[in-house]
Amino acid sequence: MGQLTVADLAGDRRRVGRERRAQWIFGAAGWSAVLVSVLIIGSLLTEAWTFMSEVDWSTVWSDGWFPRRGLYDVKTLVVGSVVVTAVGMVVAVPLGLGAAVYLSEYASPKVRRVVKPVLEILAGIPSVVVGFFALTFIGPDLIQKVFSDAPQQTLLSAGLGVGVMIIPIIASVSEDAMAAVPNSLREASYGMGAKKITTVVRVVLPAAVSGLVAALIIAISRGIGETMVVFIAAGKSGGALFEWSPLEPGLTMTAGMASVAAGTDNVAGQGLAFQSLFFVGLLLFAITLVLNVVADRFVRRVRQSLEY
Amino acid sequence: MALSSPASIARDVTPETVRAQLTGRKSDAAGMLLKAFLWFSLALTLTILVVLIGSQVAGSSSVFSERFGDFMSGTLRSIASDAGIHQGLRGTFWIGVIVVVVAFPLGVAAAVYLEEYAPHSRLTRFIDVNVRNLAGVPSVVFGILGLTIFVKALEGFTGGRSVLAGGLTLAVLVLPVVIITSAEAIRAVPDSLREGGYGAGATRWEVVRTQVLPYAAPGILTGTVLSLARAMGEAAPLILVGAVSDRLGSDPEIFDVSSLRERFTAMPNVIATWAGRPQEGFPALTSAAIVVLLVVVLAANSIAILLRNRYEKRRK
Repeated sequence: MGQLTVADLAGDRRRVGRERRAQWIFGAAGWSAVLVSVLIIGSLLTEAWTFMSEVDWSTVWSDGWFPRRGLYDVKTLVVGSVVVTAVGMVVAVPLGLGAAVYLSEYASPKVRRVVKPVLEILAGIPSVVVGFFALTFIGPDLIQKVFSDAPQQTLLSAGLGVGVMIIPIIASVSEDAMAAVPNSLREASYGMGAKKITTVVRVVLPAAVSGLVAALIIAISRGIGETMVVFIAAGKSGGALFEWSPLEPGLTMTAGMASVAAGTDNVAGQGLAFQSLFFVGLLLFAITLVLNVVADRFVRRVRQSLEY
Repeated sequence: MALSSPASIARDVTPETVRAQLTGRKSDAAGMLLKAFLWFSLALTLTILVVLIGSQVAGSSSVFSERFGDFMSGTLRSIASDAGIHQGLRGTFWIGVIVVVVAFPLGVAAAVYLEEYAPHSRLTRFIDVNVRNLAGVPSVVFGILGLTIFVKALEGFTGGRSVLAGGLTLAVLVLPVVIITSAEAIRAVPDSLREGGYGAGATRWEVVRTQVLPYAAPGILTGTVLSLARAMGEAAPLILVGAVSDRLGSDPEIFDVSSLRERFTAMPNVIATWAGRPQEGFPALTSAAIVVLLVVVLAANSIAILLRNRYEKRRK
C-alpha cells in the first residue's frame, strides 16, 4: 500500500464515464422539448411567410373563407372560433365549476372516490366521438327541437360539443384550486359561526380565485384549439361565408385548417390554399400561446399565495 | 354585517331565535338552493356521459350482431355493408407502438434531467415554461409540424405520408404531457431516498436508476398510459399528416412491419370520414367504430386511473 493520492479518490473510471454519458443523454432529452418548439415555430413561419408576402391582402379581409377560390377572409374563421368557444363556455363554466364545487366542498369522500374517475373518463373521450354525438344527437334531437328551422349542422351544435369536451378540464383544474385552499380557512369560518354557503362563497371561492381564472383561460384555449368536433358537426368543409349567427353552419380556424389539409392531395396549382394553412396555424398558435402564458401566471400565483 | 350593540341584540334575540339558528336547517334556503344547483350540474355532467356512450352502443348494435367478423376485418369502402375497420385498427396499433417507443423514453429522460440534473437556473426555468406551453398548443398545430418535418423534410426516412410519420407526430404531441407527469412523479420521491443513495457513495445516475425511477415508476406509468390513450384518439394532426380518408388500396396484416412507410389511416380518421356520410348504413357503422375506439381508449384510461389510485393509497 502506497500513499493515498487524489487519483485514488477519483472513483472507478467506468462509473465516472457512465455518469458522464447519462448526464449527456438526459441533457439532450431535456432540450428536445425546446427543439420541438423551435421546429413548430419554424414550420409555421416558412410557409406563412410565403403566404404573407405573396397574398393580395384585400382577399384576407373579404366576405368569406374560400381558400381554393383565392378568398382568405381570416375574420370568418376567427369569428367562427369565437362563437363556438363562447357557446362552449356558456355550457361548460356552470357545469364544470358546479361539479367541482360540489365535489370539493359538499360530496362525501365516498361519492368523490367514485365520481372523480368518471369525470376523468369523460376527459378521455376522443373528440371525434363527441363530434359525431353533436352531429347525430345535439343537432337533430336538441337544437332542431328548439329552433325548428335550424339546419342539422350549426356552429351552435359544434359549440355545445366543445362545451362537453371542456367540462372536465374546468372541473379538474378548479377542483385542484379549491383543494389547495387550506382547511384552516374553512375551520376559521365555521368557528366564526358562518354557514356552509357563506364559507364556500365568501371564503373558499375567493381564496381559490386565481386557480378558477386559470381554469377558465385554459378552457378557452382548449375550445379555440378543438378541431374535430367542429370539423364534423359545424357543417362546412370547403369554405364559409362570414357569419355571426350560431344557428348557421360555419368554420373555425382549426376546422378551416383541417378542411384545407383534407384536400391537399389535389391542392397543387390552387393559388395559396396550401400556404394559407400555415398562416391560420400561426395565428392559432399565437392566440393559444398568449392564453396559456396568462393561465400559467395565475396557476403560479395560486401556488405562491397559498403557502402559509 | 354591521356590528350589533348590546341594546339591539337584546331587542332581537330570544331563546327561540338562537335555538333556530343553531339547529335549524330549513332556514338556510340560499344554501339549499346552491347545493341543489351544484348537485344538478354534477348530475347533468354524468348524464351527458351516459347518454353519449349509451347512444353509441345502441346505434352500433345492428353492426355487431349482424356482421362483427366482417366489420373487424373489412376495409374502407364506399358501400356501408362491405366496409370495416381493419386498416384503421392497424394504423392505431402502430401509432400506439411508435408513441410508446419514442415519447416514453424521451419524456422520462427529459423529466429526469429537469428534476435531477438541471441546475436551478434561468435556462432550466426556460425549458420548464417551454414544456408547459407546448402542452397547451392545439393538436392541429402539431399536424403542421408533422407535415413539414416528418412528411417532407424526413421523407427519405418516413416515406412521406406514412404511419411512421403519423406516429412520430403524435409522439411529439404527447411528449410534453409525458414530461410533465413524469416530472411530477419524480418530484414526489422523498429526498431521504436520494440522500441515502448519495451517502452510500452512488453516482447521480446510480441514484436515479436504483432509487428515483423505481419509486416514481407507477406515477410515470400512469402518465404514459394516459398520453397513449390521448394519442390513439387524435384525428386532427393525422389529417394534416395525410391519413387516407376515402379509399386505401393496400390492406396488410396488423403486425406487418414492412409497410410502415406506406399510406395509412387510423381509427379516429375512419370515424371522422364515416361521420360525414349520410347514406344508409354509415351512421351505424360510425357508432360501431366509435365503440371499438372507446373500448381501447377507455380501457387504457381506466387502467391508468386504477393504478394511480392504488399506489396513492398504499403510499399514504
